[in-house]
Amino acid sequence: MIRKLFDIIANNAVPAVFIIISAFAIPLSGFSASYLVQELLTRIGRNSFLILSLLIPIMAGMGLNFGMVLGAMAGQIGLLLICDWGIVGIPGMVLACLIGTPIAIVLGIFCGHILNRAKGREMVTSYILGFFINGVYQMVVLYLMGWIIPITNPNLLLSRGYGVRNAVSLSGIRAVLDNLIPTIITNPEGAKQFLNINGSGSFLLLQLPFFDGAIRLPLATFIIIALFCVFIIWFRKTKLGQDMRAIGQSQSVADSAGIPVNRTRIIAIVISTVLACYGQIIYLQNMGTLNTYNSHDQAGMFSIAALLIGGASVSKATITNVFVGVVLFHLMFIVAPMAGKNLIGEAQIGEYFRVFVSYGIIAIALVLHAWKRNREREAARRSLRGNKGGNA
Amino acid sequence: MIKNFIKNAGWPRIIIALFLLALFITAPFVGVNVFTSFNNTVVRFGMNGIMVLAMIPMVQAGCGLNFGLPLGIIAGLLGATLSIELNTEILAKLAELGEQYKISWLTQEFLTTYREPIGFASAIIIAIPVAAVLGWLYGKLLNRVKGDEMMIATYVGFSSVSFMCIAWLLLPYKHPTMVWGYAGRGLRTTISVEGYWLHVLNDWLALKFEDTVKIGDKVLDVNLAIPTGMLIFFAIIAFIVWIFMRTKTGTAMTAVGSNPEFARASGVNVDKMRTISVVMSTILGAIGIIVYEQSFGFIQLYMGPFYMALPAVASILLGGASVNKATILNVIIGTFLFQGILTMTPTVFNSVFQTDMSEVIRLIVSNGMILYALTRKVRA
Repeated sequence: MIRKLFDIIANNAVPAVFIIISAFAIPLSGFSASYLVQELLTRIGRNSFLILSLLIPIMAGMGLNFGMVLGAMAGQIGLLLICDWGIVGIPGMVLACLIGTPIAIVLGIFCGHILNRAKGREMVTSYILGFFINGVYQMVVLYLMGWIIPITNPNLLLSRGYGVRNAVSLSGIRAVLDNLIPTIITNPEGAKQFLNINGSGSFLLLQLPFFDGAIRLPLATFIIIALFCVFIIWFRKTKLGQDMRAIGQSQSVADSAGIPVNRTRIIAIVISTVLACYGQIIYLQNMGTLNTYNSHDQAGMFSIAALLIGGASVSKATITNVFVGVVLFHLMFIVAPMAGKNLIGEAQIGEYFRVFVSYGIIAIALVLHAWKRNREREAARRSLRGNKGGNA
Repeated sequence: MIKNFIKNAGWPRIIIALFLLALFITAPFVGVNVFTSFNNTVVRFGMNGIMVLAMIPMVQAGCGLNFGLPLGIIAGLLGATLSIELNTEILAKLAELGEQYKISWLTQEFLTTYREPIGFASAIIIAIPVAAVLGWLYGKLLNRVKGDEMMIATYVGFSSVSFMCIAWLLLPYKHPTMVWGYAGRGLRTTISVEGYWLHVLNDWLALKFEDTVKIGDKVLDVNLAIPTGMLIFFAIIAFIVWIFMRTKTGTAMTAVGSNPEFARASGVNVDKMRTISVVMSTILGAIGIIVYEQSFGFIQLYMGPFYMALPAVASILLGGASVNKATILNVIIGTFLFQGILTMTPTVFNSVFQTDMSEVIRLIVSNGMILYALTRKVRA
């Protein structure tokens, strides 16, 4: 019983620590509850899809897919093109996804083949692959766009005539998905005021008594995320999903059971890359600006950190982990700079603190995973030797 | 024959070497001064050489490529900043010691003349124990995560750099050339080492030529400054590493890297050897960054050391090392090739295409090289 309790705490140590940090940091930051809820809802809508894209490779035993930045880059290329063509609104987003998909598939297949050659060190390889493809991406965007790939919109191009600017405004598709079904949550009092100002009809009003303030809910984004969660649950039960789980357990056993290991692993990475592409498009439609040369880098790191903070490990991650992680990570993200400012008088400290936490948490999760795996391996060997408790 | 050579050297290496060769051949035709470029390459070689050397012990001991180099760099940065902060105190202490023990050469005059080398040496002397402690802890950690060293090393590096970002703001440094002027505390992002130990190695025994050379109908200025001192320093450190790898400990370390089971069966303490290799790597990283800074002229704090491991890793791989085998020769060839590309691409590309593609080429070359090495089959 006590042992079980201990296990539960040990397994959820990371989220627990974050809850404690937040419990101290939230009052220090001095933000109001409705501000925090609003920010969190926005960020859940913005980031969840990207984080969910990490789940399938974990299921297939390939660890955290640092190569998801490949998908993010594919999505950004799609967005750059629709910006140039001036296609706005939902059609623009869909078109960006359509352009991004084939690029993401090609990159995913490439990534899958590379990772099959580096079994046992998929993570570091996919991580370096991210940098490598980043170089290719920069080459395409900075030199080929406007030169070989026609870009006509002068607002996109650098003054020298080719290469895309560092910051691109996505005003055409800004928040189009978030505001597809405009929804406001407020109390009955606020609802009345709101109707007086805006008239009725164009908004979905959700009324919660005792709720302070008014909050926008990106309902359409949430619906898409929910559909995607259903997809993942369904996918786990399909033949392909079961194959992946078998490979995740043991490649050699899966192989002797007649599962095409390498092919299935490639499929897992392709799915993840394509989903990361869509995730990045959703993320950027919410942000409204594209940092051509940085957006994708941050996408990878923040998504992985959030998933791990949610209690996932390198070998096991659930949908719950995703949402717990996104809430806790972004809660810290929102409050840390203000808390740092109010505590030490310097916002910069909070800024550095959250960067430190993002990296530190990934380091700790990786260490714990490797440690546990090595101990299990050692225990297995010992039991084979029939020498329990001995140490050589 | 050729087939064998290609197989041994690997396609990426050959392509990169040919690329560099092409750059050097093209350079004179597009008006780039080859002599200056060559000189820059040599200087950069000296600047980066020791950090690349820092890869050897860990690779040899089977700990993989040291993506955690920033940890050593941080120790070096602490040494460098402290040597400036405590500059006057150190000199005063030395003068006091000289008087106390009647050391005839340790006079005030000696201290004034050799102020800069003393500052440089004190930076290294402070950095080494810090690096040793950090490296020891880091080594202990890596022993528990065998098989996943590289990924964990990367994130140990990242998290220590971001942790130090907070520390640089909070540590009680006071020296006016280092802290932010208006707040009076918190270290600046870049600190000039001018007046402390700028170019102490570069200028030591430096060979300078000034001449003009006529090539065809073009007259080229030859303005060479070979940083002999820095190259000698690199040679000394490389020699120490070379000797060390041939001692009993060094051989045991190599054995651990080649076949840990076999090493253990012959009575080698695997974990101890691995820890020693990590400590060595970290110390070399610390010395490496100080040498880099004395040539570069600035100490770069905060996010400065963040990506510094990648060029070093790429260099040694480019020189022919694999994930579990590396020699001094790999370091020398690799650093020279890599730095050659870094110096040549901007100048040549600027002259030909009127644009600077060096950043993109650096990304593709260095990461392509690392990818290639990671996807090789290693004998288990």
